[in-house]
Amino acid sequence: MRIRIDHSTRYAYARPARFIVQMLRLTPRSCEAQQVREWRIETDVDARLRRSDDAFGNIVHSLYTERPTDALTIRVTGEVSTVDTGGVIRGQNERLQPGVYLRDTRLTQADAALIDFARSVPEGAALERMHRLMGAIHAGVAFEVGATSATHTASEAFAISRGVCQDHAQIFIACARTLGVPARYVSGHLNRSDGRHDQDAAHAWAEAWIEDLGWVGFDAANGICPTENYVRIAVGLDSLGATPIRGTSYGGGVGSLTVALHVRPVQQGRQQHQSRGWS
Amino acid sequence: MTRAFDEMNGGGSGAIRDSYKTLAAWLENAPPDLLQARSRQAELFFRRMGVTFAVYGDEESNERLIPFDVVPRIIGADEWGGLEKGLKQRVTAINAFLKDIYGPQDCIRAGIVPADLILTNPHYRPEMQGRRPPGDVWCHISGVDLVRTGEDGFYVLEDNVRTPSGVSYMLENREMMMRLFPDLFAEHAVRPVEIYTDMLLRSLQASAPSGAGEDPTIVVLTPGPFNSAYYEHSFLADKLGVELVEGGDLFVNDDTVYMRTTEGPKRVDVIYRRIDDDFIDPLTFMPDSAVGAPGLMSAYFAGRVTLANAVGTGVADDKAVYTYMPEIIRFFTGEDAILKNVPTWRCREPEALKEVLEKLPELVVKEVGGSGGYGMLVGPTSTQAEIEAFRAKLIADPDDFIAQPTLSLSTAPTLNGGALSPRHVDLRPFVLSSPAGVRVAPGGLTRVALKEGSLVVNSSQGGGTKDTWVLDV
Repeated sequence: MRIRIDHSTRYAYARPARFIVQMLRLTPRSCEAQQVREWRIETDVDARLRRSDDAFGNIVHSLYTERPTDALTIRVTGEVSTVDTGGVIRGQNERLQPGVYLRDTRLTQADAALIDFARSVPEGAALERMHRLMGAIHAGVAFEVGATSATHTASEAFAISRGVCQDHAQIFIACARTLGVPARYVSGHLNRSDGRHDQDAAHAWAEAWIEDLGWVGFDAANGICPTENYVRIAVGLDSLGATPIRGTSYGGGVGSLTVALHVRPVQQGRQQHQSRGWS
Repeated sequence: MTRAFDEMNGGGSGAIRDSYKTLAAWLENAPPDLLQARSRQAELFFRRMGVTFAVYGDEESNERLIPFDVVPRIIGADEWGGLEKGLKQRVTAINAFLKDIYGPQDCIRAGIVPADLILTNPHYRPEMQGRRPPGDVWCHISGVDLVRTGEDGFYVLEDNVRTPSGVSYMLENREMMMRLFPDLFAEHAVRPVEIYTDMLLRSLQASAPSGAGEDPTIVVLTPGPFNSAYYEHSFLADKLGVELVEGGDLFVNDDTVYMRTTEGPKRVDVIYRRIDDDFIDPLTFMPDSAVGAPGLMSAYFAGRVTLANAVGTGVADDKAVYTYMPEIIRFFTGEDAILKNVPTWRCREPEALKEVLEKLPELVVKEVGGSGGYGMLVGPTSTQAEIEAFRAKLIADPDDFIAQPTLSLSTAPTLNGGALSPRHVDLRPFVLSSPAGVRVAPGGLTRVALKEGSLVVNSSQGGGTKDTWVLDV
């Protein structure tokens, strides 16, 4: 499948910001499950972008504005070809050993209730158990926008049994690590099967390290493993580590943030029609 | 408890050790109240200086008025020679260890340290994996805490390779002693510690990133006046002749660090930072840190600035990793460790735990992640109830603890009222690393437990400091 993504983030500042510094994790990397066909980052004010790789395997751009501005829009557009690999990620160059993803972070530390919940998931081979874990979170934690914020921890979201995809992913990660399975956070995009191309927010899910198989995705919010409808953008130990934009402004004061996101399948091209005609 | 080794008269036979002979004779002939008079003088000097920085808050003035003992702690040239060799070996190994941990991880593969101990260690920074600081130097400044139990019995208590403090005391104590006892210095060939700031400056210059030029710009980065070591930060900046900056004085543009000056932005090449990793860049580490510089890590990763010490060094001075130091030293230097580790039980190992639980009243048990004496049990001075409470904690989370025998720290003569009494001491020498090599300042900070019999030298528990003399011959 070819998926087209158009993702804009607009910062409006209370006062003109003298200078803005941001770290962008907005650029996908190719692997077996996805080929990045084209990708670009644009800003509506003059800014310098420097590209680098972080230790987690993400493409990072550091952004520095050139002159004072009262608003800044970062727009990424591009196209990614995907195939369904059953959620298995291969062909990624990993700098970190899987064991690193057993680390606790503030956002993914399991409290007593979450540890009990994790241990209550019926035992079995790691892959099987992770599927059961995903099912249990999907069934037990309601999807509800507004119940949690970006700074909620896995344990906090679990305590109220509600949240958004970020919470589902972090609860999954906290539980997997409790069970000794390395797990990480993935930010990305989902081409929705219901045809809703305009979305309010990007998607997030988790990946667990399964011996002999590698990293396998688990989307507990939707109760499925990623398919060809998923585009991975960045990974981290938790949502903070995979945050699309982390930044600061000098002198901008309190500002507002608006996201516009459009994810849709690309209309099949003429060549494909032709090849179908020949078959 | 058996009588401790004494720095002046050894094991209690009464024979004065060579390094103390001149001092002992001098003390013998000194008028009875001379030491007390000089001691009061020292306090007056320090207090007067204290006033100048008491404006920064009460904590500061308390901090600086740590009792100063006027009787120097003396280390002979031979003794020092051995210590210096041992310290260089140890810090060389720690630098190699960090290069390996953040690089190929051969020491994990070879089974020298367990993978999980490193990879899930709170002080291991995954962000640093695959990075190489300029010249492969990680611990530009190390403070190694040593204690002594006998003539040849020096032990490393801990390695401080994050942001070790205390060097300002080493320098100020010397300045004070030279003012108070010029005659004693005339009779001893004491090696100068004043060269420390020059050594540090050269070391930082030599660690600058490539492209910094002949005269790199160095700054000292402090969390600010409310930090308990702020005095030392400003003291060092002053001695080095470099700017003392806070995070807000720096900014990062185009992966380059600048400091604001009255003449406009100036590029910064080397940052001697006295801020923990967690706080140094809110865009990479703790997002709510207000004392760091946003984007600093981008400049660091781009190789355009040197941070001293490097980010992630804490994994080497972790209490659990400490227990592997003899093996780490052998692996990276091919030699046996010259300075001994205190024998340590790793409670994560079931057999060690069993032994620890049996001997609990005799042992010192420390929390692996703890510092500053928190989460610690000193068996011999604890009540039965405290020991039992700790036993429960140990059983619940054995991974979190290590245990050590209670060491009999050496004593040194210390002014107590009008007379001299033996008091327990430790020693923190400062070791500097740069691409040009590893050097040790001839001296260090001697801390002394002023309470009779006390083994705790921490300033918060009634500890004081002494000038430390390393003799030339």
